[in-house]
Amino acid sequence: MPKKEKSLSSVFMNGIIAENPTLRLVLGTCPTIASTTSAVNAVGMGAAATFVLVGSNVVISLLRNIIPDKVRIPAFIAVICTFVTIVQMFMQAFLHDLYESLGVFIPLIVVNCIILARAEAFASKNGVLASAVDGVGMGCGFTLAITCIAIIRELLGNGTIFGLNVFGADYEPMLLMILAPGGFMVFGGVLAISNLVTQHFEKKKKDEKGVIHA
Amino acid sequence: MSEIAKILLFMVSCVLTNNYIFSRFLGCCPFLGVSNKVETAAGMGIAVTFVMAIASLFTKLLYDLVLVPLSLEYLNTIGFIIVIASLVQLVEMFLKKTSPSLYRALGIYLPLITTNCAVLGVTILNINSGYNLFYSILNGTFGALGFLLAIVLMAGVRERLETSKVPQCLKGFSGSLIMAGLMAVAFMGFSGLGN
Amino acid sequence: MKLYLSTAPHIRSGANTQVLMRDVLIALLPTTAAGIYYFGLSAAMVIAVSILSCVLFEYLWQRITKQPIRIYDLSAAVTGLILGLNLPSTAAWWMPVVGALFAIVITKQLFGGIGDNFLNPALLARAVLLASWPARMTGATAYALPTCWSGADAVTSATPLAGYEANTMDLFLGNIPGSIGEVCKAAILLGLIYLLVRRVISWRIPVTFLAVFAALSALVGQNVLNELLMGGVLFGAVFMATDYTTSPMNPRGQFIYAALCGVLVCVIRNFGAYPEGVTYAILIGNIVTPLIDKYDKPRLYGRLKKQKKEGTANA
Repeated sequence: MPKKEKSLSSVFMNGIIAENPTLRLVLGTCPTIASTTSAVNAVGMGAAATFVLVGSNVVISLLRNIIPDKVRIPAFIAVICTFVTIVQMFMQAFLHDLYESLGVFIPLIVVNCIILARAEAFASKNGVLASAVDGVGMGCGFTLAITCIAIIRELLGNGTIFGLNVFGADYEPMLLMILAPGGFMVFGGVLAISNLVTQHFEKKKKDEKGVIHA
Repeated sequence: MSEIAKILLFMVSCVLTNNYIFSRFLGCCPFLGVSNKVETAAGMGIAVTFVMAIASLFTKLLYDLVLVPLSLEYLNTIGFIIVIASLVQLVEMFLKKTSPSLYRALGIYLPLITTNCAVLGVTILNINSGYNLFYSILNGTFGALGFLLAIVLMAGVRERLETSKVPQCLKGFSGSLIMAGLMAVAFMGFSGLGN
Repeated sequence: MKLYLSTAPHIRSGANTQVLMRDVLIALLPTTAAGIYYFGLSAAMVIAVSILSCVLFEYLWQRITKQPIRIYDLSAAVTGLILGLNLPSTAAWWMPVVGALFAIVITKQLFGGIGDNFLNPALLARAVLLASWPARMTGATAYALPTCWSGADAVTSATPLAGYEANTMDLFLGNIPGSIGEVCKAAILLGLIYLLVRRVISWRIPVTFLAVFAALSALVGQNVLNELLMGGVLFGAVFMATDYTTSPMNPRGQFIYAALCGVLVCVIRNFGAYPEGVTYAILIGNIVTPLIDKYDKPRLYGRLKKQKKEGTANA
């Protein structure tokens, strides 16, 4: 794995920009749409997923030489499940409002493809520290992306950001934005903008390379 | 209301009103990933229907007969995912033996279903909503048929728009998501049906 | 609006988008005039804002994406007019603007522009507005009673579908609360006759739509005549379900599509949460259209003769 030689900071930044799980790899679409009805929900979902990611990455990295190759996927799922159950019980006890509003999507972190994908692609091939940093980076990338989407949806659909009123009392919130269709559309829109930016930079890079080669 | 009318309305609400994609946004990954051709979309949808119906039955049995008596309810997530993963395996082996043609048609989709959050979602929702065994199976089957409907309609639209002049940044997932959003607006018309 | 992709049966020789759209605008004239007559200046304002913002968004999008400017084909104007006619006369000025953004930019241009939108833009915009500001679109204060320029302040009321009592003649002539374009059935029928005479649309979609809807309404025990005259079912069947881009190409597909729309309107009206289901019924029909077209084509090849005959009838 060439990633082993990479510095920890580049592993961390990889999750936020180059391989942002939501905007570049488009993994975990369901929790993205479900948890972006308000910025608070998004941060909560992001934090829960980050915890599970870091935990499962560390454990899987520790066990990477013990788990037989053939049963690695069920083993990974069992590890992930354990952390999800911990998060679920923690939230139920201490963050009950958040637990209620995220509902079924907390246990569903188990099948969030981001986590299994990182276990398979990174943690099972890298050291503990690098895996932990990868988990934090991916988790932060996920949290940042869904918080962005949530802020747009909450602003248009409720007139607030993190519950603070922005547009004043005269604004009539656009209910659609916090319903399912708004989730699909805002996610699609943010993704399109991110594609646009990426394409712009890639073109620039290509142009620069072209100059050097010329 | 008579029991039969109640059951019929429940079915309608599972397929249309509480559509797994357009109103509960569960199972979006395969919905976006496997919807570029109508035939493959239908294959995926049928495979999901298969697994979701059986998974609803077995997880409900597991919960009522094993987890509750042992007061291990908190283990439901891990228990259910194990049930689903092994069911997918079993279905795959069963189909391979009994119906090779169906296996060839559905084979490539079956392993993907384990991580389809609609399947785990429906089993957890069955428990959370307090459905009995019969309603759990109905919810699984007709919820999955709603998924089938959504993914086939989506594939039809995507096939048609394949040749259109879509801006570069909207090709792929971003365009599909906006498409799904527009379709979800139309599906809002079913709200209130069967509730 | 599908001039560049659809096959021959839809278009008379020599027709282009502009001619076609002009015909639709002419057919909408009586309805527009009746709406303005009943609801006064506020209705005219809503329609004007709607048309202007649709054309403006189309122009801006084509400018920004460096495409040829095609606002003179009048398709944006038609979308704007239909959107305006779909709103209550009490709509705030920003509602047609938001609607136009969804109709022109999100439904039409994002997916490739004219001929490539898979949903009727004006209807999608109406559905978005309905979901976003339900009280302003259908609430008790949304619909004004017709004032007919009497000078009195507008009084708001529920529509006939939500309990307003009206006799059949008032329902037919449009002396009832409702969206601007849907109230006057006489004017809509005039428009229908014009469209049929000019062969802009065929009779199949509107007639099948209304017939299936009427039959089902009778089956669930409603007063058929009143059901047909209430709400937007006539306006939808004539002007919105018939959009070329979003309805099937072949005759048999058109029958299936129109029947589906009719069934859905009846189901949503009688069993759903909304009093009126025309918008959603046609949108669902639009979504099913690509599938109908996909599976309708090969079967028709087996019946070449029949297809040929119907093709010429449609001309």
